[in-house]
Amino acid sequence: MLTALIDYESGNLHSAQKAFERMAADLPNEEVVVTSDPEVLRHADRLVLPGDGAFPACKAALVEKTGLYEALLEAVEEDAKPFLGICVGMQMMARFGHEYQTTPGLGWIAGDIRPIQPTDFSLKVPHMGWNDLVITGAHPVLAGLKTGDHAYFVHSYQFVLEDMTQRLAHVDYDGEISAIVSSGTRIGMQFHPEKSQSTGLRLISNFLNWRP
Amino acid sequence: MLKTRIIPCLDVAEGRVVKGVNFVDLVDAGDPVEAARAYDAAGADELCFLDIKATHENRGTLFDLARRTAEKCFMPLTVGGGVRSPADVRNLLLAGADKVSFNSAAVADPDVIAQSANHFGSQCVVVAIDAKTVSPGKWEIFTHGGRRATGIDAIEFARTVVSKGAGEILLTSMDRDGTRAGFNLPLTRAISDAVSVPVIASGGVGNLDHLVEGVTQGGASAVLAASIFHFGNFTIQEAKAHMAAAGIPMRMS
Repeated sequence: MLTALIDYESGNLHSAQKAFERMAADLPNEEVVVTSDPEVLRHADRLVLPGDGAFPACKAALVEKTGLYEALLEAVEEDAKPFLGICVGMQMMARFGHEYQTTPGLGWIAGDIRPIQPTDFSLKVPHMGWNDLVITGAHPVLAGLKTGDHAYFVHSYQFVLEDMTQRLAHVDYDGEISAIVSSGTRIGMQFHPEKSQSTGLRLISNFLNWRP
Repeated sequence: MLKTRIIPCLDVAEGRVVKGVNFVDLVDAGDPVEAARAYDAAGADELCFLDIKATHENRGTLFDLARRTAEKCFMPLTVGGGVRSPADVRNLLLAGADKVSFNSAAVADPDVIAQSANHFGSQCVVVAIDAKTVSPGKWEIFTHGGRRATGIDAIEFARTVVSKGAGEILLTSMDRDGTRAGFNLPLTRAISDAVSVPVIASGGVGNLDHLVEGVTQGGASAVLAASIFHFGNFTIQEAKAHMAAAGIPMRMS
């Protein structure tokens, strides 16, 4: 099985790649590739959109690569290949992002990306560091994960969902911030599993084992 | 609830740790990757590498260091030292850093922060501020390891870089650095109150109460220390237990 990490010149690709390779090594016949080649996306069995960056820049980079955006839509929308979005990659699943300007996202989950604006002024933005997850939904990718497990977050914008049944986990930061969202064969994580030590590695392994 | 972070910082030069890390089980105390692995296992919340002799010629060693660390440690990594441009940020992010720290280059041209944040997002752009007391309640920016005065007010500068898009401030008190007398708390509080982004307190930690004070009195979101951990005076878990006992939310393992 081939897992493609999409290189759209954004994101901490190397660490995501290493974390996926580490977990893939424990499974039979698993291969991980970092690519911006549309053909590779068509042949891949699952796709990962990592993320680190500003929403408009990430979206522009995704669209600018010839054929990449179309291949992503084809793989995820038509072929229903399992998809994991990480951080901005998760936010890309929204209808719109409102970072700097309003930018259309992939529109896979009903909701918008809006700034984190705590009413408690002692709370800082970005929401940066380890926060404990509150698990509210069941999902194969969340196997073994429990409420109270910590994940590493670093973001200034948050996913505001319209349909809360699409939210599987949140954290508390002057209100609830969406941590894991899902819809069909697509799942997104606001935190960085590749930076969340054993908790994150478990989620990556679960994603590689997911056969929706 | 978001937890307060403990960040061990490793000063590196030409790919080696400047002060060896005194852990009993380390094969090579001078290898930053070995030290990073030890801190990963010890439950550190983040790691920081600062290249103190960064030059154009040895850029490659820092990229290589970030790359090798990211292969072994699945935890957040900040890298700084000689970072000048958005291209440096990109190269370090690609190598495996999660956050990149600007210092002198941000003083010379704060717009480099805006350029970097616009492209890579504020979340990965850290500005390291080295400040010295010039009169009571007044602090100025110093560059080049605290040797060069700039005449720039530290609070004003912190506000400027945050308005340009810095996502975090790594605040080092040059008066306290290396003294083990504790953080400069009035400075830490003044900067933390002046900006909306997280502030990492640095410089002067000698005991675990100092870590507590940095948060409770200084208002820091994270505390950075080097010697007390490297020399084995205290473990990360001892520090966390001490801070938790003082009522600070910590990630305990």
